[in-house]
Amino acid sequence: MCGIVGLFIKDKALEPQLGKMLTDMLITMTDRGPDSAGIAIYGDKSAGKAKLTVQSDDSAVAFADLAETLSDRLGAKVSLTRKDTHAVLDVPADQIAQARAALAEIAPGVRVMSSGEAIEIYKEVGLPKDVAARFDVSSMGGTHGIGHTRMATESAVTTMGAHPFNTGPDQCLVHNGSLSNHNSLRRKLRRDGVHIETENDTEVGAAYLTWRMKNGATLGEALESSLVDLDGFFTFVVGTEDGFGVVRDPIACKPAVMAETDQYVAFGSEYRALVNLPGIEDARVWEPEPATVYFWNH
Amino acid sequence: MQTFDLAAEGLRKLNATLHAQTASTNQTSWEIVNPKGSHAIAVGLDAPMEVNVKGSTGYYCAGMNKQATVHVHGSAGPGVAENMMSGTVIIDGDASQYAGATGHGGTLIIKGNASSRCGISMKGIDIIVHGNIGHMSAFMAQSGNLVVCGDAGDALGDSLYEARLFVRGNVKSLGADCIEKEMRPEHIELLTELLARGGCDAKPEEFKRYGSARQLYNFKPDNAY
Repeated sequence: MCGIVGLFIKDKALEPQLGKMLTDMLITMTDRGPDSAGIAIYGDKSAGKAKLTVQSDDSAVAFADLAETLSDRLGAKVSLTRKDTHAVLDVPADQIAQARAALAEIAPGVRVMSSGEAIEIYKEVGLPKDVAARFDVSSMGGTHGIGHTRMATESAVTTMGAHPFNTGPDQCLVHNGSLSNHNSLRRKLRRDGVHIETENDTEVGAAYLTWRMKNGATLGEALESSLVDLDGFFTFVVGTEDGFGVVRDPIACKPAVMAETDQYVAFGSEYRALVNLPGIEDARVWEPEPATVYFWNH
Repeated sequence: MQTFDLAAEGLRKLNATLHAQTASTNQTSWEIVNPKGSHAIAVGLDAPMEVNVKGSTGYYCAGMNKQATVHVHGSAGPGVAENMMSGTVIIDGDASQYAGATGHGGTLIIKGNASSRCGISMKGIDIIVHGNIGHMSAFMAQSGNLVVCGDAGDALGDSLYEARLFVRGNVKSLGADCIEKEMRPEHIELLTELLARGGCDAKPEEFKRYGSARQLYNFKPDNAY
């Protein structure tokens, strides 16, 4: 069991409240996943800039002069905004690959949570309310976001085992369910040179989508083929630069509820997660069909 | 009429209060406000009373119901009226997966659509759905009646025993050992009563009947892997 929440804002007036609404939804899903929580939030973009969200268990030390060191290495200005164990590095968009390579050298203990122009991923072990408070998620605005509460079944309760997983620039994946062919698929992907860090099943699902897209598939196509290549139970929610998508396995025993109004599209593992959204009484509420890929884009 | 505010008083108190009602209770009419998708609302009731839930419910609403009428003025989450013994459960909106699962008796009326596995392993309950039902519905259904005024999803009635399935719309596919059967006068008569009980605006002649081919009842070497 895990909990998923997602919110795609249509009415710009609601954008400043994205973090607040998502936090409320996330906390409601605590009893579906009390061991860790995470959130991917798509906020402001600035021209020519990209964001690397990084994490360190010893963040006070690791982040102390990281911006300066990285600026020197890149020969360009890098700024750092720290939030608890995480920090967002603003780097020139055309130097994102160099920045990641330099980070691995100068700060090997620092882990990249996400990279992209709009996405920031924050995730940690602990109760959803505590995780949300540590990163002050409720103060964040944005166009859309995805949250996850984890009840681990397939691998250890660690920061890197928490969701969301960054699958590509500005893309992320959260999962409710369990994949049963993740070991064989991990071996296959590693043989093809894909980096997979943990023993977590969802990370393999995320790596699979990244690998398919590197080989020319669109995200929609990658999700369609996941229905064939992934064995197990899943409700996936994926975030992209301009929207989010939902797909459930053909058996569809992992729950999912959607709600749509003129102001937003919302996803919840249960209706409970949606009850405090504005205008929910008059929203169109439905269950996404099994083995069907849904997308909402700005 | 008694009104119970679930948000203020909590689930344990609600169910304990409803369980305390006996066959001779004077408090036969209840209204539950602020359900907000909560789980296990009005489960295990065993008295002739009417409970109106003013909003949508989460998992397992009205499970194990006996005698009572539970009316959800909204949609219901997974497992509504699971293992119902008698009484009536009415859902004004949609019902999520495995509605009426393993039910032994009583009537479950869903005015919207039901999701996957509706009536799985039903054992005597009557389920009447105004809209559509999802895949794997009536899987291993043993007895009772499932009436669907809309369409049915994949693998309807897989490994069916003696439950009767009536569908007005399209059936995406039939499960193993489930076949279409002739509508005889006694089935028209039965369906007329079920449609009236469910408040359905449909004619029994518009429906097709599905049931077990009874080919899985005995072990056959051909069925083994």
